[in-house]
Amino acid sequence: MRLPLVVGNRKGCPYENIEYKMQKNNHHIWQILESVHDPEIPVLSVVDLGVVRSIAQNETGLEIKITPTYSGCPAMDTIALDIKYALEQAGYQSVKVNLVLQPAWTTDWLSAAGKQKLLAYGIAPPVEPLTSTKALFGAEPIVSCPQCGSEHTVMLSRFGSTACKALYRCEECLEPFDYFKCLR
Amino acid sequence: MFEANHYPEEVNVALSDFLLRMADTSLVLGHRLSEWCGHGPILEQDIAMSNLALDLIGQARNWYQLAATQLGQGQSEDDLAYLRDAGQYRNLLLVELPNGDFGQTVLRQFFFDAYHFHYLQALTESGDENVANIAVKSLKEATYHLKWSSEWVIRLGDGTEESHRRMENALRELWEFTGELTTPNASDQLLTIMGLTPDLNLIRPLWEQEVQVVLAESTLEIPNRSWMQKGGKNGVHTEHLGFLLAEMQFLQRAYPNCEW
Ligand SMILES: [Zn+2]
Repeated sequence: MRLPLVVGNRKGCPYENIEYKMQKNNHHIWQILESVHDPEIPVLSVVDLGVVRSIAQNETGLEIKITPTYSGCPAMDTIALDIKYALEQAGYQSVKVNLVLQPAWTTDWLSAAGKQKLLAYGIAPPVEPLTSTKALFGAEPIVSCPQCGSEHTVMLSRFGSTACKALYRCEECLEPFDYFKCLR
Repeated sequence: MFEANHYPEEVNVALSDFLLRMADTSLVLGHRLSEWCGHGPILEQDIAMSNLALDLIGQARNWYQLAATQLGQGQSEDDLAYLRDAGQYRNLLLVELPNGDFGQTVLRQFFFDAYHFHYLQALTESGDENVANIAVKSLKEATYHLKWSSEWVIRLGDGTEESHRRMENALRELWEFTGELTTPNASDQLLTIMGLTPDLNLIRPLWEQEVQVVLAESTLEIPNRSWMQKGGKNGVHTEHLGFLLAEMQFLQRAYPNCEW
């Protein structure tokens, strides 16, 4: 089975390799953040999701900056609370979680580990659209079925159960599945 | 989330006017789309419209927060959304029109998305970095919305006799509300001179191009009418907005300061 994994170029991403960065700075805090999960796709941590923008520690406390995946993502408030709670449970005091818009989230910020977790969970991870196509509105990606790996799939709806997903069906095994749509 | 930028009084008034228009337009359209929830023609498109609404209301929150920051009078985003009357709303007239049938909702969305996409793209170059940041974020979503609405306009326009007839009706209903999208008012003119927003006169040909391509593909003819409605940007609305606000603002009006 061919894994439909594309490790995107994480343009503007301050930590191209999260694992490396974790060893260098704030190792303990990153570890705790790894335990905070996206309430809508619980298989992903907020680190996998790539929404943590910065960690700043000083005498007055700890500030975590996060960025929304989609402008109206209803999970952001819960994620902010969960991060604050997890860090306070671990003994950090005066934890502030603030929202920033810059640099904006794209699916390139999803970690490679996160994409693999999505696939194992039955959600097709984002793939880059093809460049050559006759489609009127730009290229559509070839999305492989997370169940059987077939590339013979069709989009049922551009929108799915959450803001970040579209609905597909596999023409091979006939299973419907969620596709974590590519956002650039 | 934002820090205020300091401008001369006159510019800040114009900027706040623009920010409220962006916020009000997204909120009102988001509210209209949310009215479809549970009433969509098929489940997938019911969900699609709720998702569009969610993105737009999220964008509205960002614009309201920035508007509140620039106004600097201690209002919250909720104050701006829920405690202003129709005459204070600055949204484009197109988005406050009732949903009509699915075809009319789709066509309204397409006219809006075609404008929104090109306007946001230009706004990413705004001299105000807060405006540019919201535009960058919103543009990613608007790009996807435009694909959805273009596809549906084509599917229904170039569909059955019945769907084609309904799209022709929708076109007749909506056309006169499209001029306002790309017609600058006094605030726009000042902000363009200041390098904060793009010249809407330059957005118009991009919008027209987008509309020509999709309507041609849909076998729909662009109406041969040039008279256009206007007023929303300056607070002069259709009779529909008051009813919409009455429902949307009910909770805050009936139970002031109530929170979830
Ligand atoms: Zn399959």
